Amino acid sequence: MTYEVKLDIFEGPLDLLLYLIKKNELDIYNIPIAAVTDQYLQHLEAMKSLNLDMAGEYLVMASTLIHIKSRMLLPREEEEEAEEADPRAELVRQLTEYQAFKEAALKLDSRLLLGRDTFKREAPLETVEADEDEALVELNVFDLVAAFQRIVSSLKKEEILEIEIERMSLSDRINEIMERLQEEKDVTFLGLLGESPSRRLIVYTFLAVLELMKLRLVRAFQASPFGPIRLFLAVEEG
Amino acid sequence: MDDLKAVVEMLLFVSDAPIAVDKFRDILGDVDRKEILRVLADLRREYEERNGGFQVAEVAGGFQFRTRPDLNQWIRKFRGSRPPSLSPAALETLAVVAYRQPVVKADIDRVRGVDVSGALKGLLEKKLVKMVGRKDLPGKPIMYGTTKRFLEVFGLRDLTELPTLRELKELQEKPRAPQLPGFEMVE
Repeated sequence: MTYEVKLDIFEGPLDLLLYLIKKNELDIYNIPIAAVTDQYLQHLEAMKSLNLDMAGEYLVMASTLIHIKSRMLLPREEEEEAEEADPRAELVRQLTEYQAFKEAALKLDSRLLLGRDTFKREAPLETVEADEDEALVELNVFDLVAAFQRIVSSLKKEEILEIEIERMSLSDRINEIMERLQEEKDVTFLGLLGESPSRRLIVYTFLAVLELMKLRLVRAFQASPFGPIRLFLAVEEG
Repeated sequence: MDDLKAVVEMLLFVSDAPIAVDKFRDILGDVDRKEILRVLADLRREYEERNGGFQVAEVAGGFQFRTRPDLNQWIRKFRGSRPPSLSPAALETLAVVAYRQPVVKADIDRVRGVDVSGALKGLLEKKLVKMVGRKDLPGKPIMYGTTKRFLEVFGLRDLTELPTLRELKELQEKPRAPQLPGFEMVE
């Protein structure tokens, strides 16, 4: 028997199965496993012959299908039959769940998207220029003393702030680092710590950087041993 | 305040992010919440009736001027770039995060039946999804949730405005044993 196989791009094994069910107008709650398994394997063969990069998940699903098929074929004891669930039940649950989210994704895409269907005013407020003007103001010694006192008094406040630091979470720190990298393109590890960091901040920053490297969101470089560690976004924002 | 409507309109004009009613109150001082909402509704209606280039939209917990969607081709031409779009993989991943948040990556993988690392990374970079904490499981896996930017981009007031997952509800009702006609439960 030969099948005409038309290859669409599938988002994964569940997507492929849904496609087969829809194409053959099957009842999702009563899937003829044998026929679907055959067609599923035909598709895998076609994908292989086209040298498509096939994810391992497709093969896992193939083995699941064959497993279910074999369980459907095995004669079951009468007592068991009542209690034992349909071997297809878990697959049906997965398929309907995936179908629901696939539909939800389409609904999201059909909304009026900002930047695609509708636009907002984009010019950022020009706060930078105001800062430059401030820098040009001439100062005298008393201004300096006042400024110094402000800093000293703010240092005292920092002791109170220390409690706030206790509430720091790793995910916040990760988000902060990502935001800084998006603004500055590259930062050094020391740069992330700022001046006089607490031990907690150093530990959290270190853990956050490790996590980001594990997720491959950032890359770290060091020119020489004990040199500054530079962090970059793994992918520049397009 | 006499010029309340004008001031609210000005603030909407200069802001590049949606302004929440509370933010209006911070700036305007002692003005009633209801009063601000009334003025916003007025403005909204006026812009709608005028049918001009932009309108007042309620998104991401605030209010914002937005251009008319039906005429978007001209802005695209002006910008000279193709509009950014999300791949089906990204959209499906985003849908799972939106409906299941806070959710760990393993659960998204399971729902989609594939490894979602790439899609998730793209969503994090686009700031549609963020890390919201860690689940109390071995390995303390990261939990993900949607951002305010997600609401803004998809034009949602808040998460409750997401349409309900119809199929899921059906599924939850499904396991009930089918009743045979003429068969009645004996109490």
